[in-house]
Amino acid sequence: MTDWQPSELAREREAFRRTQRRRALAVATVATAVVVGAVAYVVATAPGWERARQAFFSPERAVEVLPEVAEGLLLNLRVWVVASVVGLVVGLLLAVVRTSRLPALFPLRVLTVVYVDVFRGVPVLLVLLLAGFGLPALRLEWLPVSAAFLGGLAIVLTYTAYLAEIFRAGIESVHPSQVAAARSLGLSRGQTVRRVVLPQAVRNVTAPTASTLVSLQKDSGLISILGAVDAIRAAQIATTGDYNFTPYVVAGLLFLLLSIPLTRLVDAWSARQGWRGRLRGVSGGGVIR
Amino acid sequence: MSASLLSLRGVRKTYPGPGRGAAPKVVLDGVDLDVTEHECVVLIGASGSGKSTLLRVIDLLEEVDDGQVLLDGVDVADPWVDANAARARMAMVFQQYNLFPHLRVLDNVTLALRLVHGRGRAEAAASGLAMLEKVGLAHKARAYPDELSGGEQQRAAIARALVGAPELLLLDEVTSALDPELVGEVLDLLVALRDEGTTMVVATHEMGFAREVADEVVFLHDGQVHERGTPAQVLDDPQRERTRDFLRRLR
Repeated sequence: MTDWQPSELAREREAFRRTQRRRALAVATVATAVVVGAVAYVVATAPGWERARQAFFSPERAVEVLPEVAEGLLLNLRVWVVASVVGLVVGLLLAVVRTSRLPALFPLRVLTVVYVDVFRGVPVLLVLLLAGFGLPALRLEWLPVSAAFLGGLAIVLTYTAYLAEIFRAGIESVHPSQVAAARSLGLSRGQTVRRVVLPQAVRNVTAPTASTLVSLQKDSGLISILGAVDAIRAAQIATTGDYNFTPYVVAGLLFLLLSIPLTRLVDAWSARQGWRGRLRGVSGGGVIR
Repeated sequence: MSASLLSLRGVRKTYPGPGRGAAPKVVLDGVDLDVTEHECVVLIGASGSGKSTLLRVIDLLEEVDDGQVLLDGVDVADPWVDANAARARMAMVFQQYNLFPHLRVLDNVTLALRLVHGRGRAEAAASGLAMLEKVGLAHKARAYPDELSGGEQQRAAIARALVGAPELLLLDEVTSALDPELVGEVLDLLVALRDEGTTMVVATHEMGFAREVADEVVFLHDGQVHERGTPAQVLDDPQRERTRDFLRRLR
């Protein structure tokens, strides 16, 4: 290592970059101030702002309804956790079935294709209504008919289809040379899928999987249309009578409180993966002028 | 002469042509090859002459259209033969290393020991470390492949191939993806393996290396064996025009 003192040239460049950075900061500050100011002006000068503020942002009402809405949110959380676990496990299984070439799995493969096509194509709301009102009509004694169960079932059915497609894309993203390397070592097809293809497939689709789970978390609120008392339904109940809609805002904030840490958590987790997302210090990892 | 460990008889392989109705591309057109134990056979020829496909056919990574792939006299190209077991007796090293990026170097090396050769975790780790020691990578055992240089990755891939004590080592242009200054470290390792008596089939563009290690040099052209013999015969005194052309262009 030679003892390096920045040359005149390097100092000049650094000084230039410093001015540039200062200018960039100034531009960003002014731009933010303009945008925020404009929005604040439009809202505050709107004729109905005073009334809207009372109806949507009443602090007293927020404190009052927080316990009920938070209790409702527990149901959303339960639906989210159960649907995520079932969706991830079954979705991965479906993706494996769909990409396998075992003759014995042929009928399952056809079913998988039909299932994924149908549930990706039908609006969640429709699946919810059909499950919520259709299944109880069958009068199956072993089938629970609570709104929370049927709503959760509809969410699981829809999201498992989404997750299966994501995992299939992940499996197909693993390069065939990886399979060749594994098979060349004597690994069987099944061993190759389990030990070489799937671990890479899952890592390759961490980001889309996480964003789907975040969607799932907020779509869990749709079960309220079947009458299940989740955060949204609790908020709705609280608004009846006084036309104060603050409970909805409270519910929205609670959903954000769940989903924002979740996305950050997944980002951090995938950046920590040993061989992926570590771009610092790698040539090509820097910002291009 | 002892019986061959590996014999190819009339191996033919075609790939479907591009687009509908296109004629299939003939990649191997009736290839015969014999490799006895401790022998080193070097395949040379231009890109597209069929060297890689021939190695993949031997390792049962491609189905042949016709002909035999005899391993110890058993035709392993027969679809009713246990291909996994046959592949476990051979090992291939690829041009692009093909290490498993999600596994540490040591786990790359021990995966097949545990899954295919039925070794316990501790025993596999010990053999794996010994093999990494041999290729000079014991200090990288806990690293992930993307933390290694190209030469180190290729040596790790060679360790992964050797650890299951294969009867036949297949090397597919293993230095072609390496920076010139890294080629030496890999070739030195291969020469050492050759000197230990490892049976090898090697596809390469490194003629100096071919001359040093080969018992037989096979020149492939358009999927056919165009000329074969000792390095002195094929490389220094080629009899056929195409062989001379090919060698001249390499200089």
